[in-house]
Amino acid sequence: MSATGIGAAVRRKEDFRFVTGSGQYTDDVVRPGETRAVFVRSPHAHAKIKSIDVGAARKMPGVVDVLTGAQLATDKIGNLICGWMIHSKDGSPMKMAPHPALAAAKVNCVGDAVAVVIAETYEQGRDAAEKVKVDYDVLTAVVDPAKAQAPGAPQIHADIANNTIYQWHLGDAKATAAAFAAAAHVTKLDIVNNRLVPNAMEPRAALAEYDVGTDNLTLWNTSQNPHVARLVIAAFVGMAPEHKLRVIAPDVGGGFGSKIFIYPEEVVCLWAARKVRRPVKWTCDRSEAFLTDCHGRDHVTHAELALDAQGKILALRAKTIANLGAYMSTFSSSVPTYLYATLLSGQYDIPSIYCEVDAVYTNTAPVDAYRGAGRPEATFVVERLVEVAARQMKIEPADLRKRNFIKTFPHQTPVIMAYDAGDYHASLKKALEIADVKGFAKRKRDAVRHGKLRGLGFSTYIEACGIAPSQAVGSLGAGVGLWESAEVRVNPTGSVEVLTGCHAHGQGHETTFAQLVSERLGIPFENISIVHGDTDKVQFGMGTYGSRSAAVGMSAIVKALDKVEAKAKKVAAHLLEAAEGDIEFKDGKFTVAGTDKQAAWGDVALNAYIAHKFTGQELEPGLKETSFYDPTNFTFPAGCHICEVEVDIDTGKTDIVNWTAVDDFGTIINPMIVEGQVHGGIAQGIGQALLEGAVYDKSGQLVTGSMMDYTMPRAHDLPSFHVGMTETKSPSNPLGVKGCGEAGAIAAPAAVINAITDAIGTEDLAMPATANAVWSALKRATPRQAA
Amino acid sequence: MYNFTFHRPTTVRQAAGLLARNPEAKLLAGGHSLIPVMKQRLAQPSALIDLSLVEGLTGVEQKGRSIVIGAMTRHADAAISPVLQQALPGLAAVPAAVGDPQVRNRGTIGGSVANNDPNADYPAAVLGLGATIITNKRRIAADDFFTGMFSTALEDGEIIVKISFPIAKKAAYEKFKHPASGFALVGVFVSKRGADIRVAVTGAGSNGVFRVKSFEEALKKRFAAKSLEGMTIPATGMNSDIHASAEYRAHLVGVLARRALAKATA
Ligand SMILES: Cc1cc2nc3c(=O)[nH]c(=O)nc-3n(C[C@H](O)[C@H](O)[C@H](O)COP(=O)(O)OP(=O)(O)OC[C@H]3O[C@@H](n4cnc5c(N)ncnc54)[C@H](O)[C@@H]3O)c2cc1C
Repeated sequence: MSATGIGAAVRRKEDFRFVTGSGQYTDDVVRPGETRAVFVRSPHAHAKIKSIDVGAARKMPGVVDVLTGAQLATDKIGNLICGWMIHSKDGSPMKMAPHPALAAAKVNCVGDAVAVVIAETYEQGRDAAEKVKVDYDVLTAVVDPAKAQAPGAPQIHADIANNTIYQWHLGDAKATAAAFAAAAHVTKLDIVNNRLVPNAMEPRAALAEYDVGTDNLTLWNTSQNPHVARLVIAAFVGMAPEHKLRVIAPDVGGGFGSKIFIYPEEVVCLWAARKVRRPVKWTCDRSEAFLTDCHGRDHVTHAELALDAQGKILALRAKTIANLGAYMSTFSSSVPTYLYATLLSGQYDIPSIYCEVDAVYTNTAPVDAYRGAGRPEATFVVERLVEVAARQMKIEPADLRKRNFIKTFPHQTPVIMAYDAGDYHASLKKALEIADVKGFAKRKRDAVRHGKLRGLGFSTYIEACGIAPSQAVGSLGAGVGLWESAEVRVNPTGSVEVLTGCHAHGQGHETTFAQLVSERLGIPFENISIVHGDTDKVQFGMGTYGSRSAAVGMSAIVKALDKVEAKAKKVAAHLLEAAEGDIEFKDGKFTVAGTDKQAAWGDVALNAYIAHKFTGQELEPGLKETSFYDPTNFTFPAGCHICEVEVDIDTGKTDIVNWTAVDDFGTIINPMIVEGQVHGGIAQGIGQALLEGAVYDKSGQLVTGSMMDYTMPRAHDLPSFHVGMTETKSPSNPLGVKGCGEAGAIAAPAAVINAITDAIGTEDLAMPATANAVWSALKRATPRQAA
Repeated sequence: MYNFTFHRPTTVRQAAGLLARNPEAKLLAGGHSLIPVMKQRLAQPSALIDLSLVEGLTGVEQKGRSIVIGAMTRHADAAISPVLQQALPGLAAVPAAVGDPQVRNRGTIGGSVANNDPNADYPAAVLGLGATIITNKRRIAADDFFTGMFSTALEDGEIIVKISFPIAKKAAYEKFKHPASGFALVGVFVSKRGADIRVAVTGAGSNGVFRVKSFEEALKKRFAAKSLEGMTIPATGMNSDIHASAEYRAHLVGVLARRALAKATA
């Protein structure tokens, strides 16, 4: 292993600019004559728009224009779309309601934009926005997904009965019912997977510029996938033809999924820039972000597990209502279906699974993918069921898991996925050791002496990452392919630029991708640049989400590097006057087999460009190769997390005293970065379990609309994590990598809740398990103890 | 934020004069309560009168049997004041428990007490020690000062100059942090100075900081956690929101009072 190659804990290249404040985020980009967009947003969750009067606003100082949804319709700007088709059980397609970028007739959630002020300055825009008079006819709202389908519930979109988007199912209902009928033991749980607000550190932003001379539009925005944004805005919204629209996603400060989607604001900025003939910038403030970023999770589930008398799982059944909010966001339909129900087999050999999912509209912010997207929800269902079943059957939770682990691969689950590799025993065994589970009983006894209840919770999770192959996802309804592209450009001096269709917004691609190139070409890490996030530079790409960048994006780079090496060998053969077949390439040197003749990487690169040693008929000059890589399967990272908590009996406050994470991510490119991803993921998972939860009141007002009410996890809420690794290589890509970006967020919530419920001796506990919630649960369970 | 004019007086007199001439003006101390509401456009003062250059408003001093803290003393400075830690460590623990380092480095005792946020920490100490608020016009006893959430006995044009805390032999503060904001979900300050026994609660009451007479009575026999064994207060009148029910807050008052007593008598 070289110091900067695969497996080395290289420090992140990008951090110098991030920590010194010299990053270039969308809001840092300033264009000549730039104006500011300020949105007028609905204060009501559900209302008809009777009229909008922009007269007074137009007269305010600094106002360039005030635009409304009616004008958007006149200009034939199309609606935002959801790009993944789901069919209901009865074969009918999902019911996608129109989602205009500015509401013209009706608003369906608080924060729905109804007009936009374009002004010289932000403050002038705010002043003018206050003068836009909107006359609303307020309607009753529905916010609870469990109530959205009830007869008599407010009807949100015309012609979409019972606010029901689809009624989907997966698996074999009959076989599952039969297994339940024959089961010796059935565990049942009602589960709410709480709604989360993503809260990336950098709020969303968009800057649009129109060039009258060329009729070109440019959009700088906070996107995890600029090419997909361009495709949707061109092909569906109809803003401009694809070749007339350039999308640049510069440095982006975190996404966690929330920046995958195409949002109204970027559409409006593009439209307005062309109308006012000046650049238009919008930067979301935090309050706006709480209201308008797509939220995550929000499932209500009834789940059941059937087991035989020996604790062998026979079947699993789940019925879920998924809240998709007021409109269907870009990938919203796929999250509670193919990213959720397909993972309900967990790490277990379960003969029958049946899952039904109803997706509903409510008068709340749209819900879409958020770190883990569907897989945390699935893991929570499976791992809670297994843990509770073990307790009910008086079997050690680790034992029950062992009895049911999948042991041979490939393994076809009853819910589409074919797991290709893994060793679930290995990660459990290692985690049991690191967590010192043997010593737990003593620690529990000691804790009681100082008024604390200790609990231990497991989560042996699995996820499907690197979502692909394209043909497979296409058959499941995806509107796009999920391959990735790479272009490797070797300069005449031997330095290398890699253009990737992935997009980094915190992951450290500039480092890890360079490690791969350094390893393969044997050239210094400093001589490699990673270029991403600009549709004028990178031809096409699918972006970064779903832990796909290593598995799919780096694999594309491998394929392009293979081609570069092959071409370079041809150049070397001419340079060294040897047969191409005799050229060997190792550690940055070309040698002729069996001789001492050699050429350095730089010599070969230079000769590829000066082309003095070969004719154009023999070889094309230059050294640049492209690859589009489509994997053969998803990857299946898996592992075991063990959480140990202490609950203060008097206050119900939970402290996480120990955390063990043993993950199998396949090949590790940079262990430091992987560990960082694990830490961040666990932090978010703990956030969901203990602290976070978006709350709307009955009228549809967001009660948790700021950091003063929405509890983000902070360093002092978290323990030091003990992170360990096991490794089985993924057979589905040339590097054997699996992806690590979401694992922590997927594994953690179940581990935390399993630990607290173990401590307090009741399963009756919802997330977030705040001190008040735990205290109340304790009180319900043992009224005297908590009095 | 709306536009405003900005003044930087150097004496309390000048500041008072500016206040008198600008009825829509606001005093600016650390700005950690005022600026956020201005940014949200919920407050629209015509002018800000910044107290940061006014002489003589900072510092912690011992004067006889009292500790006197200047209105512009930052939480961070009060928390580490050797005078305070020596004479009244229970009070030093209060600013130390406020928010995070950024807030402690900006926020002031005068701003906190004038603002009387129902979840703020200082009001519990001011009431729990029976302090005196000294303004440019008069001296106001703590028991008369806090008149409900975000409301005080301060009149228009009145400026807090300093706050005088009697040194109690036994005093301690116990705070249960609001998980999101870091303010007190419930905070209890207990003190004993001769026969004067006080238990003041912040965060819990729907009307701001208050004293718990039943606890104070029980503590007259013996100033110790044991005296409050099994005692709680009724949930009526407690705040109830998504973070904590009224019942839970009432319960915490008992728990925290006992913990504060254990600290004070340790
Ligand atoms: C993120 C965050 C967390 C916080 N956490 C806590 C916490 O845990 N506990 C806590 O107690 N507080 C907390 N605070 C509040 C913080 O302590 C504030 O600083 C304090 O409440 C107000 O003090 P200030 O100096 O910032 O006052 P300012 O915001 O400047 O002023 C507040 C009000 O008091 C008036 N005022 C200021 N000085 C005087 C004076 N001398 N005389 C008369 N009126 C005056 C102003 O006109 C204004 O109306 C937090 C604040 C933030 C932003």
